[in-house]
Amino acid sequence: MANAVSPPQARSVAGAISLRGVGKVYDPDGLATVAVDDWTLEIANGEFVVVVGPSGCGKTTLLNGIAGFDPITRGEIVLDGETIASPSRSKRPGSDRIVVFQNGSLFPWKTVVDNVAYGPVVQRRMSRGQALQEARTLLERVGLGDVADAYPRKLSSGVQRRVEMMRALINDPKVLLLDEPFRALDAIARSVMHDELLKLYDATKKTVFFITHDLDEAIFLADRVVVSTSRPARVKRVLPIDLPRPRTHLIIASPEFLALKRQIADAVHEEAEKAFRLGEPELA
Amino acid sequence: MSAEAIESSFGRRTSRAPGPRRIGRPSVNIHTLRGIAGIAAFVAVWQLGATFHVWVLAKVPTPVDVATAAWRLLHDPRYYIDWLISFKRVFLGFIIAQLLGIPLGLFMGWKTAFRELTFPVLEVLRPIPPLAWVPLSILFWPTPESSIIFVLFLGAFFTVLINTVAGVRAIDERYIRAAVSLGATPATVFRRIILPGALPSIGTGMAVGIGITWEVLVAAEIIAGRNGLGYMTWEAYVAGAIPTIIVGMISIGIAGYLSSMLVRAIVARSMPWTRRA
Repeated sequence: MANAVSPPQARSVAGAISLRGVGKVYDPDGLATVAVDDWTLEIANGEFVVVVGPSGCGKTTLLNGIAGFDPITRGEIVLDGETIASPSRSKRPGSDRIVVFQNGSLFPWKTVVDNVAYGPVVQRRMSRGQALQEARTLLERVGLGDVADAYPRKLSSGVQRRVEMMRALINDPKVLLLDEPFRALDAIARSVMHDELLKLYDATKKTVFFITHDLDEAIFLADRVVVSTSRPARVKRVLPIDLPRPRTHLIIASPEFLALKRQIADAVHEEAEKAFRLGEPELA
Repeated sequence: MSAEAIESSFGRRTSRAPGPRRIGRPSVNIHTLRGIAGIAAFVAVWQLGATFHVWVLAKVPTPVDVATAAWRLLHDPRYYIDWLISFKRVFLGFIIAQLLGIPLGLFMGWKTAFRELTFPVLEVLRPIPPLAWVPLSILFWPTPESSIIFVLFLGAFFTVLINTVAGVRAIDERYIRAAVSLGATPATVFRRIILPGALPSIGTGMAVGIGITWEVLVAAEIIAGRNGLGYMTWEAYVAGAIPTIIVGMISIGIAGYLSSMLVRAIVARSMPWTRRA
C-alpha cells in the first residue's frame, strides 16, 4: 500500500523530489562543519517520507535546503525535473514547497482567517476579499470555522498547528515540509494531530517531507522512514512502512508496528550513541 | 480532532471576562478606590506636615493654600492657554520623533549594513541629554518655538529609535521564513512582518518617550519659552508665588499622566492581538 496513488483531490499532482548527493558544509569561521554529507533519496510524487535521526544531526539543514532558506554546498535537489538547489543555484523559497515549523509560525498579529489567507494575498493570486472567503470556507470544512476570527495566541498549540497546516494547504503546494511540527505538543495532543494530519494527507496526497526524532510518529505517518546518521547526516537506512491506510492510532500497539519500531530503534540508537560519544553541540 | 475538542480548546475565549486592564474606561471598583485612597493619604500627610512645620515640609505651602491658588488659576484663561500650548509642543515634538524614529529604526533593524553604518553615530548622540542641546538649538533654529520643539523631539526620538531597532531584531526568524515560504517578496515582508512584529516594542518606546518629552518640557520652556506650563511654574518662582509653583508642578504631572494614558490607549488599540481576554 505504500506509494499507493489515490485519485488526487488536489489541483497540482506534481511533487517528486530527488535529493542527489546533497551536502552542506557550514564554514562561518574557517572551521568547516559538515552538517550533511552525500544525502541521496528519491521521493515519489505524493509520498509521505519521514526522516528520523538524533537531535541536531543535520535534518533541519536538509529541509532548509529543500525549502530554499539555506543554500547547499554540494549535490543537487530536483523538484519535478527542475533543479531547485545546487551549489550554484538556489531557487527562492516559495509556495510550491511550504514549511511548517517546529514551534509554529502563525503570525500572532493576524487572526486565524487572515493567517490562512496570507499566501493567496501576498502572491496576488486573489483579492483580499476572495482570499478571506476562501480561507473561511476551508477552515469551516475542516471544523475550524469557530476559531476563524481568533488570534493564534488564544488557541491551543494543537489548534494552532492545524491552522498552520491549512495556511500551507490553501496554496496547493507541491510539497509540504514539516520540521518536527508537533514537538511542542504533549503525547495525547500529538496523537490527535497525527490522525488529523493523515486525514489531510489521505485527502490531498501531497508529497510530505517530515522530520522528527519520535519513532512512533515516524512509523505511524510514513510511507517510508529514512534513518539519518548522526552528523554528518547521511542516509543510513530506508524502511518501507507497509501498514495499510487509512491508519488509526490503534495500530501503534500492533505486532507489525512493533516489529518495524524495533528495526528503526536499533538503527537510530546506534547513531544516537555515536552522537552522544562525540558530544558535539547540536546544529539548528 | 473532534468538534468537542475544538470546542474545549476554544471555549476559554468565548466568554469575554471583564479584564481589569481596560484603559480609558475607569469604573468605580476596588482598584480605583485604592488609587483615590492613596492620593487622599498623600494630601493628608502633606497637610499635617505643612501645618505643624515638620522638617522640610516647614516651608511648603499647605494643600489648602495650593488649592486656593489653583482655584484662582482655574478662573484665569491664560492658565488654559498654557495647557494648550504645552500640549501642542509636546505632541508636535513627540509626533515628529515618531515619524522619523520609527522608519529609521525599522530600516536599521532590517538592514545590517545600514545599522552598522549609523549605529555608532547615534550611540554617541544618544547619551547627550536634550537640555545640553538647548544652547545650540537656540543658535541654529530660527525661532525660540522651533528650538523648544527640537529639544522635545530629541527627548522622544532616541527612545523610540532604540526600541524600534530592538523590536525588529527580536522578530523570530521563523515568521520571516514562513512569510517567504508563503510567497512574500522582501517588500511585503517588511510591511507585513517586520512592521507588525516590531510594533509591541515600538509601543513601549512611545509610552516611555511621551513621558520623557514632558520631563524635557519644563526646562525647554524655562530657557526659551514665554508661555506654557513649564514657563508658568518658572514665572511663579520668579514672582515668589510658591503655591502657584506647586500648581504648575501638579499640572505638568497630570498632563503627563493624561498623555501617557492616551498614547498607551492608542498603542493598545493598534495591537488587538496582545489584548488579554
